[in-house]
Amino acid sequence: MVFGRPDRGIRNRTAPLTLKLLVAGGFGVGKTTLVGSVSEIRPLRTEELLTEAGRPVDDLSGVEAKRTTTVAMDFGRITLREDLVLYLFGTPGQDRFWFLWDELAQGALGAVVLADTRRLADCFAAVDYFERRGIAFTLAVNCFDGAPRHSAEAVRDALDLDPEVPVVMCDARERDSVKRVLVSVVEHALATGITARRPATV
Amino acid sequence: MTEDPTAFPRQTPSGPTAGTTGRWGPATRPGGARAGEHTARRAEEHTAQWYDDAAGPVVRPYTMTRGRTKAPAEERLDLIALVIAEDFLLAHPGGAYAIADRTLSPEHLDIADLARREPHSIAELAATLDLPVGVVRVLVGDLIDAGYVRVSRPVPPAELPDAGILREVIDGLRAL
Repeated sequence: MVFGRPDRGIRNRTAPLTLKLLVAGGFGVGKTTLVGSVSEIRPLRTEELLTEAGRPVDDLSGVEAKRTTTVAMDFGRITLREDLVLYLFGTPGQDRFWFLWDELAQGALGAVVLADTRRLADCFAAVDYFERRGIAFTLAVNCFDGAPRHSAEAVRDALDLDPEVPVVMCDARERDSVKRVLVSVVEHALATGITARRPATV
Repeated sequence: MTEDPTAFPRQTPSGPTAGTTGRWGPATRPGGARAGEHTARRAEEHTAQWYDDAAGPVVRPYTMTRGRTKAPAEERLDLIALVIAEDFLLAHPGGAYAIADRTLSPEHLDIADLARREPHSIAELAATLDLPVGVVRVLVGDLIDAGYVRVSRPVPPAELPDAGILREVIDGLRAL
């Protein structure tokens, strides 16, 4: 049992305050690694109705009656204090699961957009998504071995990020590095004023 | 209480102490979540036999919810909403299984007993019990109706009383 603490006995406690951060980025950019570096990671499954959007990719021949598909997300919990818990959700990478993001993004404190400089275009969609919804995000460049190093300013220019969006270099495998990324997201949320959040204008 | 708690038809030894024993197969079946990655292998998979976990779930997920996909209280059940045991459940020495309410399934009782140990979010319950989120929402809705648990709505960041909480989050992250 990982989340339970049986040694504390059974008693009614004040429920902790729960907050969530999203971890987005292209397929294979290191989202799972990042979540696993700072928290115990677990797969979280949702069963979703197959929509028209999935038709071109979900080959249903032979299983035409199948109406739902399973979407797996990375999920981690960080207990900051007994009464303060931060959850991390790795967003499903495939574009056809965008509809799931809306539920995840609702009430999110902020987000990490993880980028790989060799495939920078893979994070465009996530950057657009959070910009449009006014959700504070940090652009974290996962410095893969062998990937060309670019300055934060070069990445900012390439992605046309607003000047206040933090761009940090990180190693998703390193706990301290990931901690710095998460701190940056929360500091950014604090600086931009979370009350200024606007509803989506899509 | 004369009911035998073992009378419930357990499908697998999946009590709260059993961890994340995979009840169902991985989501790698054709047509499953990762279907896109499997396109190239589909032809050979169509002719291959599926055994054990590869054959997928023995029990379809929504069998546990008797076909229901929506809980009446679903609007309230955010992924990080906390499921909290009611006093009635906390006061019962043996937990949900000992109450032996035959209208509840083993999955209901597992959720109730996890909540009894400490408040669990919807996402934690789903991950711990290896159940899809939608199923957990329906089952938690039943438990609310039956008076076992209540759910606390997460505070949206925009409604946090002050910025102090965020500074505490930052301090907490640095101290990890």
